[in-house]
This record gives sequence, C-alpha cells and structure tokens, in this order.
Amino acid sequence: MSAVRPSAAAGYDCVVIGGGHNGLVCAAYLARAGRSVLVLEAAAQVGGAAVTHEFAPGYRVSACAHLLHQMSAQLIDELALAKHGLRFAATQMPTVALSGDGASLTLGATGLSGPARLSAHDLDAYPRFVERLARFARLLGPVLEQVPPELGTSAWSDRFALLGLGWRVRRLGRRDMRELLRIGAMNVYDLLNEQFESPLLKGALGLDAVLGTNFGPRSPGTVLTLLYRLAAQTGAGERSTAQPLGGMGAVCDSLARAAVAAGVTIRTAAPVSRVLVANDAACGVLLESGERIDARTVVSNADPKTTLLKLLGAEHLDTGFVRRVSHLRSNGLAAKLHLALDAAPRFSGLDAAAPGGRLLVAPSLDYIERAFNHSKYGEYSDAPAIEVTVPTFHDPGLAPAGGHVISAVVQYAPYALRAGWDVERERMADRVVDVLEQYSPGLRGMIRTRELLTPLDFERQFRITGGHWHHAELAFDQFFMLRPVPGAAQYGTLLPGLYLCGAGSHPGGGVMGTAGRNAARRILAKAA
Amino acid sequence: MSGAKLDAIVVGAGHNGLVAACYLARAGLKVLVLERNDYVGGAAVSRQLYENFTYSNCSYVCSLLRPEIMRALELPKHGLQIIPYDGGCTMMSDGGHLAIYDNHDALRREISRHSQRDAEAYDRYSRDVMRQCKFIKPLLLREPPDPASFRPRDIRSLLDLGFRLNRLGSERIYDTLRFWTMSAADFLDEYFESEIVKAHFAGSSIIGTALGPRSPGTAYVLLHHYMGEIDDTVGAWGFARGGMGAVSASLAASLRASGGTIRTDAGIDRILVHGGRAVGVVLHDGEEIRAPLVLSSMDVKRTFLESIEAKELPGEFVQQVRNFKIRGSSGKLNIALDGLPVFPAIPAGAPCSRGDMHVTDTIEMMERAYDDWKDGTWSRAPYIDMLIPSQIDPTMAPDGKHYMSVFVQYCPYELASGPWDAQQRKAFGDTVIDTIANHSPNFKSLILHAEVRTPWDIEREVGLTEGNIFQGELTMDQLLFNRPIPGYAQYRTPLDGLYLCGSSTHPGGGVMGAPGANAARAVLRDLGRAVTQ
Amino acid sequence: MSNEREPLPHYQEPLLQTPFHDRARALSQLDSFIPWSGYTTVDVFTTVEQEYFAIRNAATLYDLTPMVKYRVAGPGAQRYLNRLVTRDVAKLKVNRVSYCVWCDDSGHVIDDGTLFRLGEDEYRLCTAERQIDWLLDSASGFDVAVTEVTEQIAALALQGPTSCAVLKQLGLAGVERLKPFELRGFEAGGLRVTVSRTGFTGDLGYELWVAPEDAILLWDTLMTRGKSRGIRPIGSRALNLARIEAGFLAPNVDFVSAERTLRVGSSRSPLELGLGWLVDFEKGHFTGRRALLEERRRGPRRQLVGLDIDGNKPAVNALLYAERSARNEIGSVSSAMWSPTCKRNIALAMVDVPHITPGSSLWADVYLNRELVWERRMCRARVVERPFFAPDRRRATPPADV
Repeated sequence: MSAVRPSAAAGYDCVVIGGGHNGLVCAAYLARAGRSVLVLEAAAQVGGAAVTHEFAPGYRVSACAHLLHQMSAQLIDELALAKHGLRFAATQMPTVALSGDGASLTLGATGLSGPARLSAHDLDAYPRFVERLARFARLLGPVLEQVPPELGTSAWSDRFALLGLGWRVRRLGRRDMRELLRIGAMNVYDLLNEQFESPLLKGALGLDAVLGTNFGPRSPGTVLTLLYRLAAQTGAGERSTAQPLGGMGAVCDSLARAAVAAGVTIRTAAPVSRVLVANDAACGVLLESGERIDARTVVSNADPKTTLLKLLGAEHLDTGFVRRVSHLRSNGLAAKLHLALDAAPRFSGLDAAAPGGRLLVAPSLDYIERAFNHSKYGEYSDAPAIEVTVPTFHDPGLAPAGGHVISAVVQYAPYALRAGWDVERERMADRVVDVLEQYSPGLRGMIRTRELLTPLDFERQFRITGGHWHHAELAFDQFFMLRPVPGAAQYGTLLPGLYLCGAGSHPGGGVMGTAGRNAARRILAKAA
Repeated sequence: MSGAKLDAIVVGAGHNGLVAACYLARAGLKVLVLERNDYVGGAAVSRQLYENFTYSNCSYVCSLLRPEIMRALELPKHGLQIIPYDGGCTMMSDGGHLAIYDNHDALRREISRHSQRDAEAYDRYSRDVMRQCKFIKPLLLREPPDPASFRPRDIRSLLDLGFRLNRLGSERIYDTLRFWTMSAADFLDEYFESEIVKAHFAGSSIIGTALGPRSPGTAYVLLHHYMGEIDDTVGAWGFARGGMGAVSASLAASLRASGGTIRTDAGIDRILVHGGRAVGVVLHDGEEIRAPLVLSSMDVKRTFLESIEAKELPGEFVQQVRNFKIRGSSGKLNIALDGLPVFPAIPAGAPCSRGDMHVTDTIEMMERAYDDWKDGTWSRAPYIDMLIPSQIDPTMAPDGKHYMSVFVQYCPYELASGPWDAQQRKAFGDTVIDTIANHSPNFKSLILHAEVRTPWDIEREVGLTEGNIFQGELTMDQLLFNRPIPGYAQYRTPLDGLYLCGSSTHPGGGVMGAPGANAARAVLRDLGRAVTQ
Repeated sequence: MSNEREPLPHYQEPLLQTPFHDRARALSQLDSFIPWSGYTTVDVFTTVEQEYFAIRNAATLYDLTPMVKYRVAGPGAQRYLNRLVTRDVAKLKVNRVSYCVWCDDSGHVIDDGTLFRLGEDEYRLCTAERQIDWLLDSASGFDVAVTEVTEQIAALALQGPTSCAVLKQLGLAGVERLKPFELRGFEAGGLRVTVSRTGFTGDLGYELWVAPEDAILLWDTLMTRGKSRGIRPIGSRALNLARIEAGFLAPNVDFVSAERTLRVGSSRSPLELGLGWLVDFEKGHFTGRRALLEERRRGPRRQLVGLDIDGNKPAVNALLYAERSARNEIGSVSSAMWSPTCKRNIALAMVDVPHITPGSSLWADVYLNRELVWERRMCRARVVERPFFAPDRRRATPPADV
C-alpha cells in the first residue's frame, strides 16, 4: 500500500467504522461536542447486530439480543432517545424459571413466587443475597463508565483511578469487602450452593452468570460475570429488563436519529476495506468501492481483530501486540432460535400473563454445566440452556394478526463446531424445539417457520470475527484494563488517531452503549 | 506428659506440623507434637505395606520443599537426600511419545519431532513461567497481607506488593494479571500448536485440583513445575531417597535434636478452649494435655468443625469454614512389580521412563476426565502421573523388583452411585491398571500387590477432609488473604492461642513446608520473639 | 556426509555434528569442543595464540554451519523484513548483505544477524539463536514463508589477509572484485559455492556457503590450495578475540535477547548498544519503533562503549566506577581482552550515559590472579572509538594480492 496523504480541505474530524449501537452512540457524543462525524455502515441499514429482521413473511424479531437491560437510563436521557422514537413495549419484565412439571418460579427484585415450592431457607436467603449482590453491583457500576487506568505507568491519573477503586471497595466495610474479594474470584456454582437449596432457583441465577460467556457455572470467574451483568443493569434503573417496541432495531433507529440530529452523517452500504495511515497516524479510511475518506480520527465499532488485523494490518503494529490481538478469545457460544408461530404459545404451569416475562430453561446448575461440557469439545448440547421471550406478547406488530414469535437465546453453540454448522444447523434447531416442546406442549405444531442463527451466521451477517456477541469473551483476563488487549484498553490503539469503540472494549456487553460513550469521552479528552 | 511445662502443642505430625514444631523448638519453646497414627509424616510417608517394598503412598515427589526451610532446619544433616530425575514423558495413543529432557538441545530436538515451532516457543513459555515464579517466590514465605485491615503491617505489605508489581512495568503487570486468571489450556494455546505438547504441560495444572485444564485460574498452577528450578538448586526436583517418609523422618530428627517431642498413637479428641482461648487438647483416651499455644496442622474443617465445639466460635466463622472448598479429586495406586514394565512407546535407552510418565495425550482427554468427576464418578480415562522411583532409588524395592507410584486424577470423594466399597475401589483400581496396561503389554503380569487409595481412604487414613491433598482447593477465592478464611489468613484464628499451620493456610499444599514455617513465625511474632526468615 | 559412525539419538547425543565435523576432529589437537546452537564445534584446535595470529596474518577457516539460517521468501518478504528489522530493507539490493538488528515491542534487541538478499523476493537471515517462534509470529498478516534451512547449508568463514588469494587459488574467477557486503555464486572444479564478503573478524574475509554434500570437498580444496597462504582452521576462542578487536557484539555476552530475559531492565535497545545507526526511523513502521522514538526523545540511560584500560590484565567482568575510590558504580564490562595486534587492553562495557564523554576516565575494578593470590587493582579506563582494530585491507577492492 502506498502512503496516502490526507487532503486538508475535505474530510471529517471523525469517521466511525460500523453503525452498530456503540458506533452510533460514539458518533452522537462526538457530534454533540462539535465534531464533524461520518458513520460508515457496511450493511443496508444501521444497527449492526442490534437489528430487527424479518425471518419469515410478516414475522420480525431482534436478530441477536432481544432484551434491553443494560443501556443506561442516563445515556437514553442524554441522547434524548425517547424524543427520537424509542418506545418500550414492556419494562420491568419478570424472570421466570421454567420447570418441566409446570412448577415454575418467578424471580422478582425482592422476592420469589411459585408455583414452585421453596424452602423457608431459600425464601429467607434470597432477598439478602440479592441485596448484597446489588451493593456490589452498585460499586462496580461506575467502573463500567470509566476509562480503564493503565498499569505500570508513572501517570498519577492512572494511580488515582486505581486508588479510587481500592477506596470504593474499602468503603463497603470490612465484611462486605472481604466477601467481595472472596466471591469475586469464585464460580457461581459454589456460591449458589452455599446460599440456596432449590435447583430451579440456582439454575435461574446461574444462567445469568454464564449467558453470553464461554463458561459453565463451575468455571471460576462466573461470579464476576454475574456481578458484571448486574452492574450493567444498575444503569437501567427503573426500567430494568425491557423490550423495545419494534425490536432491538428500533433502539438503533432512535440512536441513528439522535446522531443525525446532532449533526452526524450516516452512510449505509459503505463497507470499509482499510484504515489509512500517514505520518504515523490514522488519516482516514478506504472504502471497498475504492473511495477514500479523510479524517483526523478514525473510530472503529468493528471487533478488535477485524479493526487491528484486517482494516489496519499487522505492518502498522508491533509483533508482540499482534500476538496478543490474535490470542484474543473471540469465538461465540450463543445461538439464536426464532420461531414463527400460528398461535399464542402456552407454557405449562404459567398463567396467560406470564409468557410476557423472560423465561429460562435452566432447571439446575448441573443441567447448565452439562450443556456447557459439550461446547468444550466443539459440540452442541441436546439439552441446552435457553432464555426465551415471546416478543409478540407485548408487541403484536412483530407478527401478522394472530401470529406469534418466539425468540430464544440458546447456549451453548460453539463457533467452531466440529461437524460444521452448515451440516448441523437444522439438527440442532430440531433439538432445541424438542426441548421447548417439553415446557410448551403443542409448540411444535404451531411452528410455521423457524430460523437458527449460529455464531458462524453472526460472523457472516454482522462481520464479527468468531461471531461473539460481545466481540471478545468476557473473562478475567479480558476484562477492564485487559480488554480487549493491553495497549488498546483505553480505547486508543497504538496508532495515534485510531480508536476502538465496540463491545470488544471495556465494558463490553450486550446492547449497552457504554463502550461507545466511554470511547467518545476518551477521544474528546485526548483532543482537548 | 511429665517434666517441664509445655509451651506449645502441635496437632498432627505431617510435614507442616513438624516444620512448625522445629521452628518453635529452635526458638527455645518446649514443643510436643501429637500424631494420631503410629507413624509420623501425615501424607509424606514411606510405608512397607507389602513385603520389602517401600511405598511413598501419598505424596511421591519432592519439588516444592523450600530450600530456606531445608537449610534452617538442617534437613540434609538429619538425613534428607534428594535424588534428581531427568524429565518424563507422555505416551500417545498412536504409539508415539513426547519426552522431556534436562538437556536443552535434546529437549528442543525432541519437541521438534512434534513441532519445530513449539520446540522454540518452549523457551518463551519457560521464560514467562519463570518470570512469574520470580514474582511469586518472595510471597511464599510471608504472611499474606489482609486488604481489609488498617494495621500498618498489612498496609505496608500491600504497598510493597503494589510497588513490586509497578516495578515490573506495564507489559509484565498485564502478563502477571493474565497468568493468574487464565485457564491452563488458554495459556498454553498462546505458546504451542501441537496437541501432545500442550497436553504434557497441562498435566501439572490439574494435579490435586477440582478444576479442569480449561477452567480459568489453572494457568498459575503450571508454575509449580518451575518452582524448584528458580532457586538454581540442583536436585530441587526429585525423589527423596527412601521415599517421602525420609522428609518427615529428617524433620522429626531435626525436631528431636532441638529438644522437641513427638507422641504417635495420640489422636486428639478435641482442642480445649477456655474463655475464648485454646488451652490444650484432650486425647481420644481422655488424657488432657495443656499448653498456652496450640498449633493445628489439621485442615481448617477438621480443626474447627470436628475438634472444637461450635459454641466456642463466632457463628459466621463456622459458616465460613463450612463453605471452605475442600473437595478431593485425586486417587493413588501403589504397585509392587516383579520387574520393570515395558513401554513400547518409549525408545529403549531413553531416560524418560525414569521420570514422570503419562498417557493423556490431549487436553480434551483431561477435560473429559474432569467432566466424569463432576458427575460423581472416577475418570473413565484418567490422567495419571506414574513414576518408578526404584529405578533410581534402590532402597524402594528388592533387587530386580520395582515400586511404581501412580497418582490418579480425577477420583471423587463420594460417588454419585453411593458410598465407596471394596468393589467400587477395585473397579477404580482396575480402570487405572487397564489404562497403564494399554501402554505396557507386560504390566499386568508383573503386579505383585497394589494398594488402591481413593479420596475417601485418604481422609480415613491421613485425616485430610474429603481426601483433598492440598487441605483445601487452590482456587483464587481460597488463596492469599482468602486462605482459608478471609480475615483469618494470617495463621491466627478466632481463638487466642490457637494457630493453623497446615496446607489449609497460605501458600497451600504440596510438600513445601511454607505454611508450617510461616505459622511458627506468626506465633513467635505474637510472643514478641525475634523472627528471622 | 562421511561421518565415522551414525550419530546416536538426540537423548543420548544431544548435539549435532556439522558436515565438517570429521575433518575438524582430525585436526583438533586438544579435543576441545563446545556446544553452539545445537551443534558441537571446536573451541581450540591447537593454541588460541596461533589461531588468532593466523586471522590477522594469514587465512583461517571457521565452521559457521551452526549459524541459524532462515529462508524468507514470498511477495511480501521485503515488507515483512522491513517490519521485522530496524534498517530499511528496501535499500538492500539483490546480492548484497546487510547487518541488522530486530527488537521487541519495547524496542529491546531480540537478536542481531546478517540479511542476505538472494533474489527479488528471496532473503536469507543468519542469526545466533533459533527464533522461528518470533519470526513466524511476525509473519502473521504478510504473504511470506519463513523456514529454517540451517541443516541444508554448510558454511565456512575464510578470514584473514590472504583469504582472497586462497579463493583465487581455488579458481573463483573475479572473486577479487567482490565488494564488502556483496555476494555471488561461483562454480569451479566441480564445486558450487556462494561467496559473500562478510565476516566477524573485522579483517579481510569471506563466508562460503555450500550444500552439505559439497562440504568436505570445499574444506579439502581450501586446505590444500591454501597451504601456501598459511591457511589453518580456528576455533571459537580465537574468533572471539578478533571480534572484540573488531568491536562486534556477541549475543548472551554483550547483551541478552529480549525474548530471553527474566529480570526487569536487563534487555537492551539498539540505541543503548551503540547501534543507533542501524535504526531507520524514516522508513515506516517496524516492531519497537514507537518505543525507540520515545527512547531517542528521552535519550538512552546507558550505552555500550569501547574502553582502553591501563595495564595488560583483561578486565573480565569488571565493575566500573566514576572514581578511583569506587564510590559510584556506573557500569560493567561485558567483553575484555589484551589485544595482541593493537597492544592495548580493550573492553566492551555498558556505562551510564552521563559518564560517557570521549576520552573521559573511568575506573575498572580488575581482579588479578597471581599464582592463586588474588589482588584487586583499580585501573584507569578511557572511552575510545570502536572498532579497536580496523585495517584498510578489510575494505580494499580488489584486495592486495598477498
């Protein structure tokens, strides 16, 4: 590649590669600070993996994440997303642990309710457990909103950031602090077994710890992933777990409108092929069409491997750094099953109103662990753990009149399936439907069309290397100042002018937008 | 007990109890060690269970015993002799093998047979693990700081740790953070491409754990293999001549030389507590022995749940002790052989059969072995670590015959199908023997006697709760200031005068001696005595 | 190959033998062999003195085969190498050789070596240590193949004032026109040999590269035809003396590869090693560039320098002080010798920058062994230019016909 010189006159202050939710959030914040911003999206519509897509005539569903539980109320407020069309079909959705015998269990914010029978011990322990975790989550919440400090530098800002974190942990008081330092490294299996008796309750709580991760409940670090999820949820505030009206695509549509209102230009169907470099800094991008766009700052919402190894290229980076980027674990483990139904599904033991909740198939911790076992060997499980929603229950517009949609996150479905996804996709879909049939007798007969999206499909459709929803595994060694890799954990990369703003950066996450917001803050602070 | 008044009672004559007793005796305290078995050593023993064979029937190699302790307690003078061995190997299901040799060039050429890249990546791997060893080494013989405390000593110790980290510079701090949190499988993936190479090294990450090689937090266990080498001490990794009992025997001799006393066949019924203070012990036969200090080298559960009445302890503390994870996961076979078994995979003349031999050639096999354990059964294809020390140490078996030590991972303390019985134990032993026989055609015909030990047996005989060889799982939530109980990680307990000195405490298990030495120093510090390293 | 016996397996005989081994063994009077990069090679044939003086006065053969050799080839080879080493590889023409270093991300030297450009897209990299791990990790993202070819190529260093004359005796037509750092293939008397005018002695000299099956023929021809020019084989000890005089660095002696260091602060940047002239900041990105730019801005804290030390006792491993009273330690010696040619007591040493001004005096703490009675002597040391010895004949083209 020949060095290209940026033309001073044309171009933008910032080009954002990828119009996923984090890219749009980042662009909006940059534009609000007065930057001229261009968002380049490869697909025909914005949203990245946070889109609503039509998988059968008249049936629409959120392609990946189907619940909005982590996007902070503050962000929604600041960008005035309500004004830009964000509506919720449902908020404060309850979590229901399904049981094969119909004795399901509803997990509320403060208590549990049947029909499942629970011991006095569990009923008593649950609120205390939830409250303690909430205290920890509130402590960690602000950490997610923070640009991670760099370690081993002599910068006082980094030292203060660390001391600040230490001080916050200390302020918990001795007992809570010790408990946090103990359970922070534990697996959720042992923690829940310490606290509770009911397998169904433990299964439901355990699933939250491993959903979207490459862990089973017995993997150390799963208490941290649970706390992380809870911490992200604290930002959601009153709304709690919610379903956006029109599916997840509506969130990005409102983000796009907010961005445009702030002055952002958005171009769709404009895939980027390279980040351009001149004078030791990023200076723009080259589109696949051959068009060149100059910019002083290039921000990438693409995953770290795509950004650094494909768009930028190893020749601009050091070998040790490339080594680390290529070792980033980014293979997805979650699949998505979509069912187009003729009629309203019924779940045994649930009254007619309950299907509006978040329904979990995770009858015990061992059940989840066994499902996880298969993923270690490149297999999917015949008895997967599932998070089910019936989005049409709150939002009938997603299906033709009388029709319904089931949207299910299925774990575990490893990206690198030994037998190959193109061979196994339909067989796995059969198995998942078999499992759902156990909880919703008659379901199979209602299915008009179905679709199973595997990590391989996510990779192909959304250009996410490995098809991981979070762009990179959530694990101790890929969290916070280690996310995605040391040297790029403060949103900047080693190349001046090139920034990361996607889920591969701290704090990662589903549809949260915090990475985009933090990245914008970092870019603006650097320029100031 | 007659004579002068005792200063301290040490409960349990395992290596840590003896180490603690030695340090106290050397400081001038009058010490009595009580051992429930009729032999000393706990899990570091040499036993003659079949004719003239000597079994190291629990722990079987000597690699972690801190040289500082060997020196301070003059163990070589008291008879301890470590014989180094050269490498080891993993035999493969296709008849191939990977051997490990001390000589760097031989090792490079050996690994090159499987992957040239791995042969050279091995240097980077060793370098990175050694760097971590260098970082961790000073923490072993030290009380872990309590992060929740405001005592100047703890704050100083924490700051010191912070400074030491900071001095490493960014790159290495990140490497350190990752090393302590990654899984062994992920860590090895960053160096090696060949499955057999990864499998061989991964082995040392699962020994004794309740985790699989893919569980986060297993990478750091890999450094145990290098811990001995960091000291540049020849013979740091080897057999104790005469079996592991030689370690205990030399400790006992050292203790007696400095005036300490050991009573065997003296199991304790309970620790006597009076007014929130440990004041002595009561033996099974009812005899009361009093002393102002009691050190327990029993594990934390056995100490607090079985030897002290709950009413003497804070309720929350008892709950925390109950929550301490101590699942056993290892079994052991000790086999007397009529001759040397033949392993066709290993070329004749290769010295690797004198080291540790394995037959698990993929990480997947290891992980599946772990899955079996999670389901409450022994591994159908277990990971085994087998050694024939009699090849190097002729005192272990009669002429021409051999003793084989087979460590087995994984084996549960309780079976999902019900309690261990003779039949189940035999089936477990047969699984292991068949696994070995698959790689050695004449193995079965050589077996004269085999002792099969499950975690349940280990608990019964050695007293380790649930048969956990480390007196508590070595997971991140049970290390450093969390070991064994947050707030009680400095060898002291809720009861004045009662100290823990076993592997339940920092830095944990293995025949290292560090918990015993650290506990003794904590005692001496509390007594206002001068404390030396 | 005509080895006397089949080598034993690696676990019984870890070191390999070079194709010259039998000849070397036959001429080795002391049976003094040492390991080098997995091979066994001669340390001393007869006496170090005789071998050393042959380098400076006649012609010498040194078995270079253990030098680790990599073939780097493919359309992306040049871009790959430019990202790997600190010099501008685009400036290296076909049939030319370049001395280079390469660094890790922190700008610390991993190794130095010679880079041969054999064709448009084909290079050979010769290094002291094996490092396929680093070379392959560096290749990710480049259209290039890197393979080790050490065993496929036998090599001899032919060094000394009469070395060109020896080659002419072999009938290598036009070899005298070969310029320093140039290489060319020759064919004479059934022997195909590649000759490069390179070496590690700082003297007139060549390196000869042949297929292993031609190794013995090459050796025998050289020894026969070179007899009248005083040719003799030398071992590593004599070569080491010549390389110190020439001011060249030896890995694991004067620096430790950044891929091997355990301690913080023990790896060295090219700027610290006095190799700043090998770093081209203008050519585009290479691994370590950002760190080196930063170091250049701050200025290196210590630097490798040449020392001329009073007395004639080599200051081996000596610590250096700013004053005779040995109060402030300011560095240490990594290589030291009495130079028989210069008649100077010379050394290579790492010294804190504030104390390096040409001609400034430092003090070396030298220990003398006088029939097992040890004495400590503070010897004055002056910072001097390197190389210590650089005769014009090393560059003269054509070389004088001696």
